[in-house]
Amino acid sequence: MKPFSYERPATPAEAIEAAARPGARIIAGGTNLLDLMKLGIEGPAHIVDINRIGLDRIEDTPEGGLRIGALVRNADLAAHPRVRQHYPVLTRALVSGASGQLRNKASVSGNLMQRTRCPYFYNTDMACNKRRPGSGCSAIGGVGHNFAVLGASDACIATHPSDMCVALRALDAVVEIESAGAKRSIAIADFHLLPGDTPHLETALQPGELITGIVLPSPLAGTQIYRKVRDRASYAFANVSMALVATVEHGEVVVERLAFGGLALKPWRVEAAERGPRDPDAIADIVLAGAKSCTETAYKLPLVSRMLAAALETVQ
Amino acid sequence: MIGEGISRTDGPVKVTGRAHYSLERQEPGQALYGHIVGAGIGYGRIARIDASAAERVTGVHLVWTYHNAPDQGSPEGPEGDMMDRARPEFVSDRIDYYGMPVAFVIADSFEIARHAAGLVEVEYEAEPGRYVLATPAKTAQWKSETRIGDVDAIMAEAVNSVDQLYSTPYHFGQPMEPNACLADWRDGHLTLFLTAQMLNQLISGLAATVKLDRNQITIDSAYVGGGFGSKIVLHAEAVLASLATMHLNQPVKVAFTRRQIFTLVGHRPASISRVRLAATPEGQLTAVGHDAAIQISPSEAWDEAVSSVGRALYATPNLLTRQLHQTLDMKAAEPVRGPGELAGLMVFESAVDELAEQLGVDPVELRIRNDTDYDPDKELPLSGRRLVDCLREGAEQFGWSERPRTATRRDGRWMIGYGVASSMRGHFQTSAEALVRIDPEGWVLVRSDMTDIGTGTYTIVAQVVAEVLGVPMSVVRVELANSNHPKGNGAGGSWGAANTTVSVDRACSTLLERIRAAAGTTYNDIFAEVRRHFPDGLEAIGRQLAGSEDPNYQTFSQYTYGASFAEVGVDIDTGEVRLRRMLGVFAAGRILNRKTARSQLIGGMIWGVGAALHEEAAVDPRFGSWVNGDFAEYLIPTHADIPAIDAIMLDDFDERANHLGVKGIGELGAGGTGGSVANAVYNATGVRIRDFPITLGKLLPHLPRDR
Repeated sequence: MKPFSYERPATPAEAIEAAARPGARIIAGGTNLLDLMKLGIEGPAHIVDINRIGLDRIEDTPEGGLRIGALVRNADLAAHPRVRQHYPVLTRALVSGASGQLRNKASVSGNLMQRTRCPYFYNTDMACNKRRPGSGCSAIGGVGHNFAVLGASDACIATHPSDMCVALRALDAVVEIESAGAKRSIAIADFHLLPGDTPHLETALQPGELITGIVLPSPLAGTQIYRKVRDRASYAFANVSMALVATVEHGEVVVERLAFGGLALKPWRVEAAERGPRDPDAIADIVLAGAKSCTETAYKLPLVSRMLAAALETVQ
Repeated sequence: MIGEGISRTDGPVKVTGRAHYSLERQEPGQALYGHIVGAGIGYGRIARIDASAAERVTGVHLVWTYHNAPDQGSPEGPEGDMMDRARPEFVSDRIDYYGMPVAFVIADSFEIARHAAGLVEVEYEAEPGRYVLATPAKTAQWKSETRIGDVDAIMAEAVNSVDQLYSTPYHFGQPMEPNACLADWRDGHLTLFLTAQMLNQLISGLAATVKLDRNQITIDSAYVGGGFGSKIVLHAEAVLASLATMHLNQPVKVAFTRRQIFTLVGHRPASISRVRLAATPEGQLTAVGHDAAIQISPSEAWDEAVSSVGRALYATPNLLTRQLHQTLDMKAAEPVRGPGELAGLMVFESAVDELAEQLGVDPVELRIRNDTDYDPDKELPLSGRRLVDCLREGAEQFGWSERPRTATRRDGRWMIGYGVASSMRGHFQTSAEALVRIDPEGWVLVRSDMTDIGTGTYTIVAQVVAEVLGVPMSVVRVELANSNHPKGNGAGGSWGAANTTVSVDRACSTLLERIRAAAGTTYNDIFAEVRRHFPDGLEAIGRQLAGSEDPNYQTFSQYTYGASFAEVGVDIDTGEVRLRRMLGVFAAGRILNRKTARSQLIGGMIWGVGAALHEEAAVDPRFGSWVNGDFAEYLIPTHADIPAIDAIMLDDFDERANHLGVKGIGELGAGGTGGSVANAVYNATGVRIRDFPITLGKLLPHLPRDR
């Protein structure tokens, strides 16, 4: 682990200024960054600890939604009464991730920023375009059954590990960002980037920008389901996960929102699959348009329609 | 007292943090910290290594590479003894396995050492390596063959037979406490605070490596945070900490990171088995064949005895078991809990289940019909053979009669299945000594080099002494895991409890005889008699013979037995497999402490669940590197994966094992447990996955759409 300097600003403005220093990285819960630093995957020269800048509240918005501060802990967000009541898909996504200890530490902005768990990204002896742009992707042709089947490129086949982000994608959340003297918002759909030729560029966040919060629009009607399929019952990343909001119209179950994790380097949502066909296989075909799998990841494709069919069975 | 489920005597110091593990020991004073740099390729050579940047870091004391490492002993060839052989590091520019140490940094702090380690520049010339275990060819050179009758001929004519290939992946022991060593060279003597399982044996290899006499080395392993075989063999942390403290004349600490345990500690080798079974229509076995290919390394051949687990499990007139060693360019394999049995019984008992299904005979009944009391390999009767008792008791307690027909029971979206498997584990006896001293002040001291790797040795030893001498446990002071104490064979191979308690019991008996001789046959207070007749105290050493010298081991084949029953649910939509309940029934001689024994058995059963459903260390066939190097990717069961499970210990006493009737249990729980889970998956789904672990990705293509 490389030596680094450390500072702990007291306000968002100070944090933005501090984070502008060369080689600076922001730390919140540290559940991802510290591991990556110990492994030599990240080596920031300067650490900006934002745990004392506030931004730790959950508030109602005038539009009837919720504004979630960047430093709200995953566990607190999952347990918040309004989240449990009006955004249960988010609560369920959160509690299906990591472990109780990690959820107590991990912040929601850190969850947005967490990096892939691709084993070739985690092994610094292996070529990885995320770690060293242009070095190649050793995951392609490598061993593993959790690689991307959608939106991948010749440069990267990693997946995004977050459960929370899959639910946020289904809920059309908006990420609020501040930089020196400016504020902007990015739709969650545009926040995470597909790898293309530049897999080292992972989010739309620019240098000098700080995530201040996440805004949820007003609640959706219908049944909300989060289903995470994984190789063991707890503390495992998704093989495939699914955030679903569905309603019943004239006795028919209608998919209102549908997003998947474990398929791509960002939460995967195809709006054309929503409020369209009623048959799960037809919906899955739309979601999986353009999917490419290998022997080890082929199981993910049928899993999409099987999970969806099973979930829709439970919607009343 | 013996047998009672007494809580661990070392529990309070452990849960309050007062038990100092190796790296926490304070005796040597301030230590330096070492950190190992591992090779980034699987096979080839170091083209260039430059430690100058690391050496320039303030606080770095030295950096060793193959250019400047100290002189060390030479290893023997592949057949050399696992424990005695020298294990030198930084011998040449050659890289034999992925992660092999290429540099070692010693610094004032852990952080400086690790930072400087990252500054060591290494360039490699990778060469093509052999990394893939292949299905054996017909011309294969088999080893360890046991052949009775003609299995080939029977198989060729058999109406009812199974002939299938199964594969199991690499596994790691990966205990909670990483491999770690604090070494202190002082006045010509080397003291190691080392997390280890077998001190007496480990000193041989260490002495050969660092070129000292055995009597110049002391190892102290007072507390060990789990072993599972990973702390039996000498590893780089002990070698390098020893060399460094001898070179610098300061104490040196070295611990592996979790990732390094995947590269610097040996694994359970991957295996490919061909199991052949033939039977009469009534379910009487007529042939048993088990061929297993396993990985070995060019330098060392640890023979994980996968193929031999079924030799004495059931009666058969025709038997053929044999091993094939495939040399791969990987680290040498090592013992991992249940070596041979865990992988071997899992696949063998899967094949037995396949035969039962084919014959239409209940799997419990099929096993009972093929009971035996004879070991055809050793040509000896089996002692304490109670497999049928385990099967019957388990079937009764588990409710086996409710087992569904294949792929017929549902609970909502879950497909439900039951599975059974037998377990059998060799009980070994080695030579051992222990000292017991009665102090006139009113307490008893026990000394042995046996370790307590979390299993309860401190407690069971105190129980035996308290019962035999008739004193309260609170006055028995048990000192273990110091290599200067009387020597046994440590904790491993499931022999530690029996070796140690038998020795301790004999020492106590000797003391009692002397006291009785002095005091007459009746007395009230043992300490009062000792004060009166032996004012300086009284001590004796008790001894246990090696199995090879014990007549009981020449006239009986010694094993422990068990049966495992599992219920699983398989999600019909996703293929997720979840254990719903599990029961193990075991006959393992007299149980010394029902609480610690149950813990070990349940722990072993959980290993079986992991082997069946989760555990797999994957090797990249292009680079020879471990793909999954942490607990996020190397999956073992979590609490949520293990619902209510139980272990029943049959009332047992095997007088042919030893006079206490005690046998080993440390590995029996794992035994065939994986097979019971795999067979339950088949019973639930009608799908047989022969490539372990059974993951949803493998199951899903075979599951029906159910809408």
